[in-house]
Order: sequence, then structure tokens, then C-alpha cells
Amino acid sequence: MYDVAIIGAGISGMSIARELSKYDLKVCVLEKEVDIAMGTTKANSAIVHAGFDAKPDSLKGMLNAAANRLFDQLSKELDFHFRRNGSLVLCFDKKDIEHLEFLRQQGIQNGVPNLLILDKAAVKEMEPNLSEDVVAALYAPTGGIVCPYEMAIGMAENAYENGVEFYFENKVLDIKKSDDGYRIITDKNTYISKVVINAAGVHSDEINNLVSSNKLNIIPRRGEYCVFDKEVGSYIDKTIFQLPTKLGKGVLVTPTVDGNLLIGPNAVDIDDKDDLSTTKSGLDEILNKASLSIKKMPSHAIIASFTGLRARTEADDFIIGEVPDAKGFINVAGIESPGLSSAPCIAMMVKDIVVEILAPQEKANFNPVRKGIPHFSEMSNEDRQSLIAQNPAYGQIVCRCETVSEGEILSAIHRPLGATTLDGIKRRTRAGSGRCQSGFCMTRVLDILSSELEIKRTEVTKFGGESRLLVGKNKEDV
Amino acid sequence: MQEFDLVIIGGGPAGLGAAVAASEQGIKNILILERENKLGGILNQCIHNGFGLQLFKEELTGPEYAQRFIKMIESKEIRYKTNTMVIDLNRDKLLTAVSKADGIFTIQAKAIILAMGCRERPRGALNIPGTRCSGIFTAGTAQKFVNIKGMMPGKNIVILGSGDIGLIMARRMTLEGAHVNAVVELMPYSAGLTRNIVQCLDDYDIPLMLSHTVTNIVGKDRLEGVFIAPVDENRKPILEMEKFIPCDTLLLSVGLLPENELSKKASVKLSPLTSGAEVDEGRETNIDGIFACGNVLHVHDLVDHVTEESYIAGKAAAKFLKGLRKRSYVIDVIASEGIRYAVPKYINPVNIEKDLELSFRVKDICKDHYVSVYFDNARVTHHKKKILTPGEMQTVKITSEMLSTHSHCRAISIRVEKE
Repeated sequence: MYDVAIIGAGISGMSIARELSKYDLKVCVLEKEVDIAMGTTKANSAIVHAGFDAKPDSLKGMLNAAANRLFDQLSKELDFHFRRNGSLVLCFDKKDIEHLEFLRQQGIQNGVPNLLILDKAAVKEMEPNLSEDVVAALYAPTGGIVCPYEMAIGMAENAYENGVEFYFENKVLDIKKSDDGYRIITDKNTYISKVVINAAGVHSDEINNLVSSNKLNIIPRRGEYCVFDKEVGSYIDKTIFQLPTKLGKGVLVTPTVDGNLLIGPNAVDIDDKDDLSTTKSGLDEILNKASLSIKKMPSHAIIASFTGLRARTEADDFIIGEVPDAKGFINVAGIESPGLSSAPCIAMMVKDIVVEILAPQEKANFNPVRKGIPHFSEMSNEDRQSLIAQNPAYGQIVCRCETVSEGEILSAIHRPLGATTLDGIKRRTRAGSGRCQSGFCMTRVLDILSSELEIKRTEVTKFGGESRLLVGKNKEDV
Repeated sequence: MQEFDLVIIGGGPAGLGAAVAASEQGIKNILILERENKLGGILNQCIHNGFGLQLFKEELTGPEYAQRFIKMIESKEIRYKTNTMVIDLNRDKLLTAVSKADGIFTIQAKAIILAMGCRERPRGALNIPGTRCSGIFTAGTAQKFVNIKGMMPGKNIVILGSGDIGLIMARRMTLEGAHVNAVVELMPYSAGLTRNIVQCLDDYDIPLMLSHTVTNIVGKDRLEGVFIAPVDENRKPILEMEKFIPCDTLLLSVGLLPENELSKKASVKLSPLTSGAEVDEGRETNIDGIFACGNVLHVHDLVDHVTEESYIAGKAAAKFLKGLRKRSYVIDVIASEGIRYAVPKYINPVNIEKDLELSFRVKDICKDHYVSVYFDNARVTHHKKKILTPGEMQTVKITSEMLSTHSHCRAISIRVEKE
């Protein structure tokens, strides 16, 4: 019997899990995939928005700017990468400058500090590689960039250390009301919990609709992205948005906190919540639109492209709260942009609801600190030397593009909620996310996973399910 | 900090050849640094034959070819460290490396030879749309799984790109029990050697689909198939003619990129044409005492050519260490009409003892054309070639007589001419 069951191990669910782990509550997380951050959290713009975009009376407007302020402390406590690089909304037509002013005023109402409208000269001085067509920009110094899966993993590991239980590869099939709460039936097991938190991302409508007559409908909205080699990672420094024009909403160009360049997303409503394919038209669209912002698109340096799905609802706002016809069932649905930026405050809002229902005691021994995997590539030589002296595996480089050592990969596997797949290793250590995209390190990472997890090499997957990398031994079919 | 006369970064064929050549010139204090667990580089996974025909007049496998050089390294007592990754290098030839055995260590070298090889272009470099399922590998990764690990990455294969590794892997996968549906090539010609098309595709009835490309990748967890389509003369896919090929594996053989991350750290000037360093006749870069050879300099077709180039770099590094190299009056080498690139980029005639070979690749297939060499505006050589293809590296010889005849020449240009 759990006090709280959280469905979904994305950034919302993990932020909530960590927040609730501050209390004397028995909490579990149910996740259908093999790892944390396997849905929208792994594929988005990786931006911490300043918070001027949303209407002040919306949940997005209320939560974003407030959550933005928490990122410095959170990133220190949980040891994830975050940089306050600032953002610019570019305006390409003098007639649109008033719209920048509108955004600035909206930002002020939302509590965004230090918003400035810059003229062309000031913008170009700040970012010399921007297009000559820029006439002005809204500068938000509090905008930031973050590694969303690292943040979710950090939240999860910290929640785990503070007592939250995790059940992966548990797909929720049904939820039934019972006298003392809810029976959650998964494809593996049944879990009983007083309170259920629905943080199921693009599937949160399906989970809601199992218990409530107030039906939700999530429309997955595809967003495609291209990632560029680190050699062009500092082509620009700020996150560059475009003012929406009559051609539609623009796309962003941003450095990532890991040092790559990222462009995207477009926005196409689709039917299939499992369709993470990129399209020729979509990739062309983001490349064309992003080209408006910068002088020269470094297309030669693209190393990967991907699709993320936003959990869009007709409400056009987050849906957070206890469902009226299902007491103790809390929706955290429709968490599209700025969901990542708002996650810390979404978690606090949900925590308040849970505290209201269950009235738990705060834990005396809550440990807010999580230490991440040491990253060889970011260390001084002195620190590297002492780490290798403690554990020589940190002296063996496995991923040459991102300079990731065997020690980091072993740590990724053996730490709490450790990696079990190739992608799990990639998201925790960056092995395979560099310019060769795992061409060199895949064989070695696969061997390490196989020997450390004591599974056959044919059982190692890219991301769980049937995503096996090897199909058998040589000559089996000769 | 340790000191060495010559440090060679990379223990593949280029690094081994350079070490042997420098040692034969009397250089004693040499160190080879290799990131893999043994010397030999990519040759270790190239278990097919055909290596050494030019150099040894024998057909060797990759590991056999490597072993000949490893034996020379051992007998000359040249020092080497495996499992050692160079993580930093500066223009003063100070390098930082790391290994399990030694931790972080620094070396001051008097000369350095860059021999880091190349990497394969990944899927992202082509931006092929579709899902990011498993079952998509570069041909070299698949080769390592099959030839080193004895494991099959798939059983029903499509290969995109007809570079040599792609062709070799078409045969290899077939021999190991997989079905290879087709090798799909964007260009109207193969990027691979003719002998590989004959021996790896034709002999096994594997179709080579020229002027085709993969337009979409389908599969949720594991690859389920790819769409392919013919391309028009601008290499744009003709989507009306798209068709689906069910497969569980897509191998990519879509080009190699010299691995010059360390070269950049050392301020070595790179050529946009080769993605390798701009070098002179001794394969010395713009940084005095830093040389480059093999696939880190430009991508070669045959390991024999890599070895020849590594001898040039090894000898020149030895000369440099003895204070005998001169860099004075320089002639530019220009890849002119019809030529994609030429190596070296510069010639110091004063260092030329006898003859000199210029390596180059043509831009497109040309039949019955002439390869001409101009010293400034004077055409000095003019040879008819039955066929020139971008997939096969060509050479032209520059003799010391030519250089002395044209002693005030500013530039040597190579051209492809109709007559």
C-alpha cells in the first residue's frame, strides 16, 4: 500500500517524486519504459524559459518565471548542467517592435526580471552571427539552458535516495477505485495507493480517462530538431527565438548546455503518440526557418536529428489538480512548453495538494544533495589524476568524441536507478552522443553492459523493448 | 614530464609506417601512442585479403599486413603505449595523454606525427528522416561486431553507400549468413574500388543501385525497413518512385572524415577540401615539427598508399630532428579544373632529392581524358587516362628535373583536360 503512486518518470513525475520525498510518505513511480526521461523529457528544446511567453492568468504564466528562479540552486543540489545564457526574441520588421513591448510587459506581469528591448546595434554586439535582417530583440537575461534528461535523472536518483520506489517496464492498463484509494493494474503487477498522480505525458489523457468522466484529449504535437557538432556550438551564445510572423511560429537556435548547437522545433499535430519519426519536410522547415535568425546555417555539421512530442490539449494550459469526480487522483496533464522550465513549481503545486489530502510529516533526514557521475571531460588534470588513482577505470577512454571514460560508464550502470541500455548510458555519460554518434564506442559500451548486467550481448538493447543491437552469432544461418 | 624526440599519435598503418621510417633514419627516441588495446588500427578488423599487393607483391589480410609492421616495431625496439588516449596537444608539441596504467601524463616532443586516422560519417550527417530505432550501424561498426566480436548486427540488410567498407561488408554479411538486399548509392558511380564491386557484389549477385538513396527509415524498436528512391540529376529523390524494402539492418558507408580534433588544438591549418592538414612535400603541417600522414591527412583507398605516405612523413620528421629540413621558397600545388583535391599542398623544392608524387582525386568520372600538370602556365606533363573516377586516388610524378627547369615557378596545377 502506497501513499502516493506517480505514473510517469518524465521531468514532471520526477520533480514531484523528489518534492514528495521530503515527506514521510510511501511513494512509488510507475513507468512503462525501461528508464527515466524516455518520453517528451528526452526530446525537447532543453530551454529554461524566462517566462514572458504565457498569459499572466494562466498556470504557465504563474509557474514558469517562479520556477526559473529555482534552477541555480536545484542544479547545484542535484548536480545537473544548467547555464543562464539569456535569450533573445528577434524581430525582423519595425512594425513588430510593439509586439516585443507587449511580451516585455507580459513578462513584467509574470515576474520576469530585467527584460530589455535592444536595438539592432546592441543585438549584433551581443550576438555577431545573427542575421543582418534583425531590427530589434527582447533580451531576457534569466533565460537558461539545461540538460533535461540529466535533470530528470538527478531528481529521480535523489528521490530514490530519499526512499521513493521505482518500477520500470510497468505499463498502466487500468485503475480502479477501491475503499482505501486506487488499485493500479499494470502489465506486471497491481499497486495500491491512496493518491495517484497522473504525470503520463502524452498518455495522460488515457490515464485520466480510466478514472474520470471529465475526459481529456491529448493531441501529440510533433517537433523536429537538428543537433550540430560542438565545433559550431559557440556560433551563438544566447537562445535565439523569433517573433511569430504571418508565416507562423518561428523556430529557435540555441547552444545546448553540453556545448552543441540545436535548432527546432516545428509544430505538426499528429495522431500516433508513438510516432517519433522525423520527416524530410519537417527537417527542411526547421533548417529554413532557423536560417532566418543566423548569418549562415552550418548544415555540414549536423550530427543528429530527432522528434519530440508535446502533450497538447485544447485547454492551451497545464492541467494540474485533483480531479473533481476522483478524489485523490491528481492530474499533471497537458505539460507542454514551458513544462520543463516550470517543473520545479509544478512539483510544489502538486506537493501542496498531496499535503492537503494526506497531511504528512516532513522528514527530518531528507538529503537534498545528489552527486552525479564525475565527468572526465570537464575536470582539471589534477582532479583526473586523483580520480584515476582511486579508480583506474577513469583512465580508460571509451568514447573518444566526448572523452568519456570506462569509469563513468561503470558508474552509470551501478548507481541507483542505473542505466540498462545503450541510450541510458548515453544520457548519463554522453558516450555516443558526439560527432561519430557511437560508431566507435558502441561495441565497447555494449560489452560493458553485457558483462556488468550479466546478460548476453544479444540481450543488450538501445532503449529497451525489441531494440536489440545484435541478433546472434556469426554463421548461425549459414 | 617525459621527453621524446618523436611522438606518433596513432598506432594504425600510418603511425607504424612512420615509426619504422623514422627509426631507419636513425631516430632512436620514438614513442607511439595508440588508443585501442593493440597496434594495427582499423586493419585489425579488416580480415579480408587484398592488402599489400603494391608494397609486398602479396595478398595479405589486414591483420597480416599490420603484423608485418608490428614485427618491425618490435625488432627495432620502438616504444609504444596502447589503451592510451591523447587528450591535448599544443603547437609547442606538448601533449597530454591518459591511460589506466599511467594516469594523466604529459610529454614534450621535439617532433610529432599525427596519424589518428578517420571516422565514418554517421546517419545524422545525411539527415535521413525516419525513426531512431536500433539496427542502423556504420559499416565499420558492423565490421567490428562481425570480425572482432563474432556477433551479427542483423540478418536482412540494406547498405547505403558504396564506399569500400560498404562493399566489403556486403560480402562479409553474406558469408556470415545474412541476406543483403542491395547496396544503394546516391551517385551515378560507386565510391569504391572496381575490384571490390566485382569481388564483393557481382560474385554474390548483390544488386548495386546507382543514383538511388534511402528516403525514410521505418521501425519502432528495431528497424523494420527502409524506403529507397531513385534520384534526379540534382541528387534529389524522385519520391513518386519510392519503394519499401523490408530489412532489419541498415549499414551506412557514406564517407570518411579525417579525425583532426587534436590537430585543431595544436593550431594545425586544415584544408576544407580534404578535412586534413595542409602539408608540404614531407607532410609537415604549418606548425614546425608537426607532421601528418594516412587517413588523418586525406582518406586513402589502399593501405599500401598510406604506408608510402607514412614513410615520407617518417623520413621528413627524421630530417627535421636532424636539422636538415628547410622551409624556404614554396611552390603551391593547385587542384585545378576537374580535380577535387591534391596532396601535398606545398612543395619546398630544396627538400626534393629525387622525384615527388602528387596524389589527387578527380571530381567526376571522366573517360578518355588527359591529366595535365602545369608549372605556372607551362604544361609539363599530359597523359591520357582511359577512365578517372573519384573513388580511385591518382598520382602524378614531379621530377627534380622539372623543378630545376622551372626554378621560378610559383604554382603547380593539376588539371583534367579533354585534349
